[in-house]
Parts: sequence; structure tokens; C-alpha cells
Amino acid sequence: MSVFEGFRFRKVSSAIHNLDPRVKFFYVCILFVMAILFTKLLALVVLFFVPLPFVFMARVKRQWLRSLRGAAFLAVFIFATNFIFGYFYPTAFQEITPPIDTLVEYLVLLERAAAMTLRFVVLIASFSVFFLTTSPDHLGLALQQSHVPYEFCFAFTTAVRFVPVLADEAQTIMDAQKARGLELERGNLIKRVRNYIPILIPLIVNAIRRSLELAESMESRAWGASKKRTNLYSLKLKRADYLLVVVSVLMLIIAVYVWLYVPIPSLTALLSL
Amino acid sequence: MAVIETRDLTYTYPGATNPSIKDVSVTINKGDFVILTGPSGCGKTSLCRCFNGLIPHFYNGKLEGEIVVAGLNVVDHKIYQIARHVGLVFQNPENQLFALSVEKDVAFGLENFAMPRNEMRKRVDWALQMAGITELSERPPHELSGGQQQRVAIASVLAMQPDIMILDEPTSFLDPVGAQKIFEVINELNKKLGITIILVEHRLDLAAKYANSVIVMDEGKVILNGTPREIFTSEEARLIGVGIPKATRLYQQLKQHGIQLKNVPVTTEEIANLLREVLKHD
Amino acid sequence: MIEAKDLHFTYPTGLEALRGINLTVDDGEFLAVMGQNGAGKTTLVKHFNGLLKPTKGEVLVNGVNTRDVSVAKLARNVGFVFQNPDHQLFSETVEDEVAFALKNFGFEEVVIEKQVDWALNLLDITQYRKTSPFMLSGGERKRVALASILAWDPQVIILDEPTIGQDYQQKEKLQQFILQLNAQKKTVVIVTHDVEFVAECNPRVILMSQGKILAEGIAEKILTNQKLVAQASIVSPQITQIFLELADLGLPTDVIDVHEATKILLARLRDRR
Repeated sequence: MSVFEGFRFRKVSSAIHNLDPRVKFFYVCILFVMAILFTKLLALVVLFFVPLPFVFMARVKRQWLRSLRGAAFLAVFIFATNFIFGYFYPTAFQEITPPIDTLVEYLVLLERAAAMTLRFVVLIASFSVFFLTTSPDHLGLALQQSHVPYEFCFAFTTAVRFVPVLADEAQTIMDAQKARGLELERGNLIKRVRNYIPILIPLIVNAIRRSLELAESMESRAWGASKKRTNLYSLKLKRADYLLVVVSVLMLIIAVYVWLYVPIPSLTALLSL
Repeated sequence: MAVIETRDLTYTYPGATNPSIKDVSVTINKGDFVILTGPSGCGKTSLCRCFNGLIPHFYNGKLEGEIVVAGLNVVDHKIYQIARHVGLVFQNPENQLFALSVEKDVAFGLENFAMPRNEMRKRVDWALQMAGITELSERPPHELSGGQQQRVAIASVLAMQPDIMILDEPTSFLDPVGAQKIFEVINELNKKLGITIILVEHRLDLAAKYANSVIVMDEGKVILNGTPREIFTSEEARLIGVGIPKATRLYQQLKQHGIQLKNVPVTTEEIANLLREVLKHD
Repeated sequence: MIEAKDLHFTYPTGLEALRGINLTVDDGEFLAVMGQNGAGKTTLVKHFNGLLKPTKGEVLVNGVNTRDVSVAKLARNVGFVFQNPDHQLFSETVEDEVAFALKNFGFEEVVIEKQVDWALNLLDITQYRKTSPFMLSGGERKRVALASILAWDPQVIILDEPTIGQDYQQKEKLQQFILQLNAQKKTVVIVTHDVEFVAECNPRVILMSQGKILAEGIAEKILTNQKLVAQASIVSPQITQIFLELADLGLPTDVIDVHEATKILLARLRDRR
């Protein structure tokens, strides 16, 4: 499950961690838009380096790299699909005409596929930084202050709270059934799927029982007493947050300008000159 | 002054053929420390849920008889209205904590009451202090031990400043040392803050010394209701299978063999003192 | 026979749970593993059926190294009853539940039927044969779980915290049941922090603290040793505490049982007369 490590929040104190999640999300959305705007490899390479200062400031380099590693499999798949698609339907891309036979044309196709792959990686990289530096309760708070109904925010934070509990429980259930002779690795595909029934049923039943107990506890602590709840914490935008907003908007303006008026050369063109 | 009064209370869960509580009539006074005990399935958990309104409002089913808690008729008031006066701490600490930090959990009830933030902050800090867990305020519940989690649960109920606190087997999952700590916290709440306590427990060895009243239930009915000394020496309690404290059992065994101690002991200190008298005098 | 030789175990998270355990459990023994929560009790017994394998040192069950066999194989001889029956119940009927392990071990239909009948009868739950285990009360579910482990008649039975949530009568029944199993030459290992329960049974006790064995011996000697009790952060049985207060009057300090206590006191008082 190490690919998920690239998205799990770690409690570290850094300037990035302290930024308001709404602002961070805005920034990630801008990156998203910019990644969609550009199709040229050079532009996307530039975009790839944009989240890097954040990664280093937040000291989440190792986990961030893990998210990239997790994305690697899908990235290869995207690269292959784009390459093959481009090979058979080159008119989809404006620069080359069929049939593909010169080296230059292959390079253009490669560059195209690499650009699409890099776009995907940029998206993963940006979201990874977001999730790595935003604690789930900060996220829940951001949702709440963004006027998402409290029931959803509560459901979200409670679900996150119980993830480690459910993981432990799943392990205990597996142990209990293994101790009764259940062998999870044996047998053909069908048998293996059936072997998971003694694991899933207790897990689900206990989850339901747990929610009932939680509901009792919530009711007993006056759930629903007021139409508008107050909150122990509140997110306040600070100077750093405004700075990030300004930076993001500037980035977007520059990007749109470049997209409209600055022709970005392809790497192949640069190299063959 | 009575804070809880029930008269012929009878309750049947939806779909059940037999009532879980039958003709229960009890009076609990302000400042009491009541131990509610009895064999598994005797109805004590159901009775607790009547005291804070979960029965009948959460569980539905058929509730007959009268029940008045903190001056409110339970049937006519919503659970959140009763929650201003009655707090309920459940058996499993894990399933009572739903926030990602301890202090957020403690604030939960206050947030529901729409308390202003600075008042809430003071209340949360106070509750954490009373439960002895101030240093844990920012920790996530998953990292805490069972005993710590249970203290968070108590703090989160305490923060709402109820007049009555009900604790349903709060030490089930704790070892004896952890259980002892919890009972001490609960006792402080009773003796220092005057909160009426209703404690459902099997481990009478550890809890008996704090109570001034014991109610024993069996098969939905209240069989015994009196002081700890009265209850623990009664034949009926022994027959029902209540876990009588060892100190009282020793007293009874000696009595059977002709040695009568001056008083009925409930704690180890009490019987040690009584034995000392008898052994020295001879 | 179960042997642990210089057993070390560290969880993947880095927690060093067992730090050099040397232990022998003889056939037919009744053993209580005690210590406060977190001392390593459950971690230790999970090595006896191979659920956990040592990170250093070894565990031998009837001469077989647990590293060399699967959990299913070890489970044939070592039955493990988990603390929470809801972690294993998943079948449509109690009958199916009790038969589960027997089916996993490949017993013949005829044998399975016989064993199921026997186990249901033993735990006094024959009347629930066709009932769904989820419809039963807590205590009944515990009995179903126990029956499902005893069904294949393992030589060793491990019970993890069997007294939690049990009322006085249920504990008495459990005590009688364990003594019955022991009388049938079964090895019984219980993990518990319930000092009073152990005082009533007076088994051999292994006292653990912080991953090591502090002491072992008969309950009478271990639970009355104040130094050990303090070191392990447990409490002495109530009777012991009473006699401890009267130690200056020359009363023995190693009493744990009510009847024994009565006898001693009566003898003392009659002496004086």
C-alpha cells in the first residue's frame, strides 16, 4: 500500500502545512488548469518544477517521491497509449502527417506522448503535495467554512478517524480466521475470492455495529441541538495565504498570456537545429 | 431532592416479545453515587438509555410508565434537550471518539449547543483538567491507550456540565490499574462537583467503596435497592450472582463460622481494621 | 509442548514488543500470562500458533519450528480464541460457524457432524443450532466462538482476555470450563489482567512487563509478591491486600483465596481462645 503513503498526511510543522487548505486547493486548481492548457513538453517540464519548492519547504520529499513512484505504472500506460494512438492516427496531432517514417516524425510523436504523460504526473504531483500537507481535520474545517453542510464534513472527518481502526480490525479478523485454518493464498481465483467472505462479513457487520454506537454517542452529546453549530477552531487567512493567492493568480495570468501569444517550440525542433 | 424518578417503567424493544425492563420504580437523589448491577441481560443498559432519552427516541419501541429526569418528562423532550442535564459514557471508548484530536472531541457537545468560541475554549480546558488529560489535548484518539480514551470520553461529557452522569461499564476494556484511575476520576466528579453518578459495573471489588447506593436488577426487574452494605450481605444478591466484594465475602464466611465482626465491610481497608480489632482483643 | 527460545519480536512500526523471552509450556498445563496492557502478553501467545513469527530467536511447537509451517498447520494443534467473538462470526447458522474450521482442515462429513454435535452440546448451545449467530446475545456469541474453536479438539487452547465484559456467573462458568478442559489433559493458556479470576484458579503464572518475563511461578507466589506486583503495574488480589494490611500481626502474606483466608483467620482466633 506504499503508493498511498504518498498521499497520507504527516504531522510536521512547516509554512506549507500552516497554509489555509482552501488557498492551497485554489493553487492546485490553478496548476490543474495550466496543465490542461499546455500540450508542449517544454511547458509541462516547467510546470513540473513548480510544486518542487513547496515539497522542499514542507519537508515531504520522500513521501512525495513515493506518490510519483505509485503513479509510474499508470504513467507508462498513458505513454504507451498515446504513442500507439499517435502512430496510427497522427492527424490527431497537428504537426505530423502520415505515414510516420522519418526520425524527426518519431521524435515528435515521442515528445507528444511524453508531454501527455508529464501532464498526468504534474497533476498527481500537485495533488500529492496538497494531501501531504493538509491534515484531515484542517480539510474538514475548510469544507465546513466553505459552507459544505456539516453532516458531510462530519462524515468525512469521522471516516478518516476510523481508517486506522478499521485497518487494525481487518488484520485482527484475518488473524482470527487464519487461526481457524483459513488459507488465503491457496486455491484458484474463485476459491480465493470466496476465502475473503469470512473476512468481509465480520468487517462489515462490525462497521455497522460501530456506526450504531457512534450514533448513540452523538445523540447523547446533543447532536441536532442547534440549527447552526459553532466550532472550536476557525480558519483565518493570514498573510502567507494572501501571498499564495496572489502568486497563483499571477501564474495563471502569465500562463494564459504565454498560451495566447508565445509560441512554445517543440523540443524536437530545438534539437534538430 | 430527586433528580431521577421512574414509576412502573416498562420497555419493550421493537420486534421483541418480552419487555427488557419491567415495572421499574426507582428514585435517585441529587449527589448520589449509584451502582447499577446485575447479571448480563438484566436490563441495566436499557435502563440507562431510558435516563437520557435514547429510549424511546432513538430506539423507538414501547415505553410505558413514567420517567422524569432532571425535572423533564423524558417522553416529551428530545434527546438533545435532556442532554443538557444527563451525560452518558459508553462501554467501548473507541466508538465514542469521532474527532481527530482530543480537544475537538471534548468540544463536540458544546459545538452542538452553539456555545461561543471563547467560552467553549475555557470549558474544554476545564474538562481536560478535571479528567487529568490536559497534556493529551492535541493527540488523535487512535494513538491513546484504552484508559486515556475513556478519560477523553468522560471529559467530553463533563464539558457539557450535566447534573447527572451515567457510565455504562466504562472500565470493561481496562486493566485493574486503569480501572482504578477511572473510578477515582468519577468519584472526584461526584464528591467535588456534586454530579449525580450512576455507574453500571460488574467489578464491585473496585467500585463499591465510592457508592452510597446499589441497585440490583435481574430479568428486567429491580430486585434490590439499598446501601452497599445492605445489598452485599443479602442472600438474594448472592443467589442472583452479583460479584460481591471479597471483603464482604470474607466477613460472611467468618460469620458463618461464628465470628461476627462489628460492621459490614465493603473495602479491604474496612475489613482489615475490623479484623485487627478482633485479633488484638483476643 | 511449546518452547520459546530467546524470542524477540518487533512490529513493522518499530515497536519492540518482545525482548528475549525464554519459556516452556508443558502438555496439560494451565498457564496464565499476566501483566498490564501493553506488556506483550497477546504478542507472545500469537507466536504459539504462528500468527506472528519471531524477528529473532525461535518458537517450537511439539518440536516443529513455527517458521517452517503455516498458521493453518499449527492451528490443528493450537486453538486460539480471540477476545471479541464478533471478529470471527460470519456464518448463516451457528452450525455452519462451528463447522467452519473442521471444513478448512479437511475432515470428513461424518466426523464434522459428530464434532459439531459434541461442541454444541459442550457449550450448551444445541438449541441455537439453526439460529443466525448475529441474532444471539453477547454471552451466547462468545460461546459460539468458543465452540467453533473447540470443535476440532486442539491439544492447546489459548484464550485472549476471556473475562472481559463477563458478569460474575459467567466468570464462574468459565472457570469451571477451563478446569474441565485441564482435567481432560488439554493445555490451557489464558492471557488476562483479571487478577481476581486468576486468584480463584491458582494456575502457573507468567508475569510480563515491557516485553520481558519478570517472573514465573504459581499464582499464590507471584501475585502476592509486592515488589513484582509494583514492577509489573498490576494489583494484588483483594484477599492479599487485606492480609497485607495485617502483616504486622504476623499473618501470612501469600494468601489469595477467600476460603484459605477464612481458615487461617479462624485458626488464629481459635488459637487465641
